[in-house]
Amino acid sequence: MQELTADAAIELRGIDKSFGSVHAVRGASLRVERGSITGIVGENGAGKSTLMSILYGLHRADAGEILVEGRPVQMASPRDAIGHGIGMVHQHFMLVDSFTVLENLILGAEGGPLLAGGLAAARTELARLARDYGLAVDPDARVADLSVGEQQRVEILKVLFRGARILILDEPSAVLTPQETDRLLEILRLLRDRGVTVVLITHKLREILSVTDKVIVMRRGEVVAERRTAQTDAEDLAELMVGRKVRFDLDKEPTRQGETRLAARHLSLVDRRGVRLLDDISLDVKAGEIVGIAGVSGNGQSELLQVLAGIRPPTGGEMEACGRRVDAAHPVDPAEMRDLGVAHVPEDRLRQGLVPAFLASETSILGYQDREPFCHNYLMDGPAVGKYCADLMERFDVRPRTPGLRSSNFSGGNQQKLILAREMARNPKVLLVGQPTRGVDIGAIEFIRRELVRSRDAGCAVLVVSVELEEILSLADRILVMFGGRIVGEVAAGEADERTLGLMMAGARAA
Amino acid sequence: MEEALTLVVATLAATLRVATPLVLCAMGGLFSEKSGIIDVGLEGKMLMAAFFAAATASLTGSAWAGVGAAILAAEMLALLHGFACITHRGNQVVSGIAINILAMGLTVVLGTAWFGRGGQTPPLAGTERLNPIFFPVAGDNILVYAALLSVPFAWWVIERTRFGLRLRAVGEVPLAVEAAGISVSWLRYRAVLICGLLAGLAGAYLSIAQNAGFSRDMTAGQGFIALAAIIFGRWRPVPAFGACLAFGLLDAIAIRLQGVKLPGVGEVPVQLIQALPYLLTLFLLAGFIGRTVAPKAAGVPYEKEH
Repeated sequence: MQELTADAAIELRGIDKSFGSVHAVRGASLRVERGSITGIVGENGAGKSTLMSILYGLHRADAGEILVEGRPVQMASPRDAIGHGIGMVHQHFMLVDSFTVLENLILGAEGGPLLAGGLAAARTELARLARDYGLAVDPDARVADLSVGEQQRVEILKVLFRGARILILDEPSAVLTPQETDRLLEILRLLRDRGVTVVLITHKLREILSVTDKVIVMRRGEVVAERRTAQTDAEDLAELMVGRKVRFDLDKEPTRQGETRLAARHLSLVDRRGVRLLDDISLDVKAGEIVGIAGVSGNGQSELLQVLAGIRPPTGGEMEACGRRVDAAHPVDPAEMRDLGVAHVPEDRLRQGLVPAFLASETSILGYQDREPFCHNYLMDGPAVGKYCADLMERFDVRPRTPGLRSSNFSGGNQQKLILAREMARNPKVLLVGQPTRGVDIGAIEFIRRELVRSRDAGCAVLVVSVELEEILSLADRILVMFGGRIVGEVAAGEADERTLGLMMAGARAA
Repeated sequence: MEEALTLVVATLAATLRVATPLVLCAMGGLFSEKSGIIDVGLEGKMLMAAFFAAATASLTGSAWAGVGAAILAAEMLALLHGFACITHRGNQVVSGIAINILAMGLTVVLGTAWFGRGGQTPPLAGTERLNPIFFPVAGDNILVYAALLSVPFAWWVIERTRFGLRLRAVGEVPLAVEAAGISVSWLRYRAVLICGLLAGLAGAYLSIAQNAGFSRDMTAGQGFIALAAIIFGRWRPVPAFGACLAFGLLDAIAIRLQGVKLPGVGEVPVQLIQALPYLLTLFLLAGFIGRTVAPKAAGVPYEKEH
């Protein structure tokens, strides 16, 4: 590791920021040394991204001071940040899909009112960057046709192209396979060795520990600790992030499997444009087991969940859910699936799991609103619904325990707990769960995973789809890997490790 | 033989005459929509411009003053649309419809108050109109040439300039534009202003070039047809131009067919013929256009994420 220089590339002093009644950042101060990799960790909502958005000029701080290379600066817009040599790779890529790599590269740095000259110069510069940093991308490829890893490379190239000396990455590995992540970390080391200052925002401790020189921990909008990476470990950081001891391992009983509750045979799904989204999917989920579906986001997992939940009919193949046969000619709707005992916690909470403007109590009965005791003679029974919701909130530790509060006012973790409570409360025979802990803080993650295991132990057949490999590894009894709409591998939980799964997720066919 | 040739040439000239306001409007709308601002208010801008062009030309005796007034009037409405949709992030369709209603009402009210002819302006003649340059019969006034030039110009600006690149980007991923250090609002305002300029010319063409004065509701849905042409053209200038010509041709044929007895059918009702462009619009919009080609951010007000 290279020797840390003492002078600061960035210094933040007493940064404060509120959005309405939410106090997102409270008096945060930190220093980032020049030519180092600094990690910023914290739970969702800890204020990491907000703090970096302030540094990049996307938001203005209510109070506090920003110093770049020792000089106080004003960051009124990203233009200022770019002018001070700061570049940011956002969690959601800021790329125009329909543009080529080159067009994306020069957007905002075109080098003149006409494009021709700027494009030619950028082509030369891109070749140089590709050589110097090992970041090869086809300049004429359309961004929409690139893999996620390549798109991220374009984002990094954009920043370097603008001559940035300070690179901020916001959750860069959220969408990558383990192999792509390793590649990214290598690139970051190379950048540091060439004098670029890197700030890495993440909640993945493995990355922090493997690549950073220093870690800054945020909790509830405050900087709560700063550690040399060499002098800390995952347990220490997790405890600092959450503010109490955290247990990563789930104690699970061995599975006691019963009859097959959900079976799919050669399921396929072809969309209107003829794109094959699901291809020859066969799987079984038995009572008392958790089947995990691993894969990089966008490889057919979402579509599989939709088909299994009865939201979209398959175009080929068949499935059987709790005794009901479903195929293209005999579709089923989600309400009937629910009647059969198939519960579904959708992966997109805010679009499919709840209506943000509805009250928590209304969310707690969505999909079951026609049933007793919530509804008599076409009229809703508000007090009964409220009482039911209060009861669910108590059992699933949803905070605050206010059935009359709008769903959108709950944190991601509490929304998820409420949806999970709704679906699990009726002791379903089959439970389909998409991304159970996406955007959920560590405390709630623990709780949700335990509940899923408890429901398995109670004899429910559970299918979990997650892009978090670590989650699949800790929950599943059996792991299926999806790639390009197919199931490319199956591994028993005991025999699975991150490397082999990662290779399968990247499409390298394994045994 | 010669008669047939004359007929073809006359029909083509008529096509161009009818298509001119559509082309100007469509190119203007294209700039606005490329930037992510849907412009249902093309119709209203054109109508308002047509009224002010004729009114000013009639009062000053100068066609050029009329053109200036037309542009000014359309730009005021463009700014209003921008203020509602860009600055205040209002609903773009609602704002556009409001502008249409405003123009429809205001032109009649002002026309009646100023000229007292039931919403019409006094007939224009001589220098009060834009007259044909080379071929008096064809009606090739300067705005026809402006419309023809606006197509390669729009293509060049959108495809070959920095402004065009940013325009395309802001209609797709405004956040990426903001993150690149470019002002989303200023970019969109400029697009909306270009739209106002071209819609203003289209309006002036209607009342002081093609016709000799303003009559109430004289745009008769041409702003919407221009909008349809943008969609048929999949938000690209040259195909949109083609769509405008197709509408123009249909209209020209319709005019020619009036009163003509077709073999086996008899005389085709005028109303049916006049409805053809609108029916074609409906038919094409309903069936033939995929939804994937529109600028992704069109119609979505831009708000910074938290």
